[in-house]
Amino acid sequence: MSLSLGLVPLAFLMWLATYPSRALPMLAPGIEHLPPRAVAYLRLSGPSALAALAAVNCLLTSDKPARLLLGIEPVAVAVCVVVVWRTRRLLPGVVAAVAVVAVARAAGIG
Amino acid sequence: MSGEMAAAAEERPPEAVADSRRKLVGDGMAIAAYAFPVGLVFGLAALQAHYSLIDVVANSVVAFAGGAQFAAAGMVKDGASWLAIAGVTLLVNARHLLYSAATGPYTAARSRKERVLMAHFLTDETFALSLAHFRRIRAFDAPGYWIAAMAIFIPWTTGSALGYVAGGAVDVNRLGLDVAFPAAMAGLSLGMVSGRRDVAAALGAVAVAVPLGLAAGASVGLVAGAIVGPLIGLAMPEAGGGAGTVDAAAGTGSVDGAGPAHERASEAGLP
Repeated sequence: MSLSLGLVPLAFLMWLATYPSRALPMLAPGIEHLPPRAVAYLRLSGPSALAALAAVNCLLTSDKPARLLLGIEPVAVAVCVVVVWRTRRLLPGVVAAVAVVAVARAAGIG
Repeated sequence: MSGEMAAAAEERPPEAVADSRRKLVGDGMAIAAYAFPVGLVFGLAALQAHYSLIDVVANSVVAFAGGAQFAAAGMVKDGASWLAIAGVTLLVNARHLLYSAATGPYTAARSRKERVLMAHFLTDETFALSLAHFRRIRAFDAPGYWIAAMAIFIPWTTGSALGYVAGGAVDVNRLGLDVAFPAAMAGLSLGMVSGRRDVAAALGAVAVAVPLGLAAGASVGLVAGAIVGPLIGLAMPEAGGGAGTVDAAAGTGSVDGAGPAHERASEAGLP
């Protein structure tokens, strides 16, 4: 098991990217008086970033140049989305996705 | 904190605070019950991205931003630049600005030092739990805030570390655990959706990210999708209760329309 500290600075960089959003309105009241469009953009940025991340990770290979990945993974992610949508819980969705892939691979698919 | 408690106790019956705290603890336990296993999943994702155990713990303690931590793990695995990771982190966590704005009126009388510390723990779950508690008792309650914060911080951090340690003992690919990361991202994205603008933003982000990722690399596609997606969402006509009706500037401790989104994000299970 590696005990390197190589990604610890990244954790602090992520903190720097996160902390101002959490702290500024609390520490400097009034700073949150943003134009409505800007506030709406901020609200939409969460689902956008995460959806893009999911798509890139299950539809594209990680090599360069990236290639379209058509396997069991996108199906499993779709199953996860359906389960989360039905249950409003993340964990059952992730478990279902993992099960789909595990079963498919055990059967020689994907 | 005891001084704060004494001041608060003068304004309201202590029974009401105690009752509300009991409910807070119950709700917090429910949050902890799902945060721990999702933390395990993050530990696995970090293992696949070749983090060390110290990296994982540092990420969960210092960044303490579940969705962004998952995002970073995927991007590290794909060899993305740290600048791109920071950009995605900024976008994923921008919603916390609204939480802070809604919490601000309750914490305005606290010392600056205390607010500096509290802000670090202001996640989806901390916000949802503590604001509900403050509203029940119609005042700020420092122990209540820290109960809410620890209900997510402790299980998330320990879950991350244990997931990493346990993950090393199993064949991640054979068990299909490699799909846990994109599945978690998709589920979390869905958890934040509260109207058609959110749907348009998420689908728009995918529509931009995939072709651009094919043309210019996965990281470029990801960042472009994350930036352009919200613009596509904003282009949608606003429906009742959808995004874009936030009045964080009112300073009343309420964020109109944010409730369903943050509650769903919390239900979905990440800091």
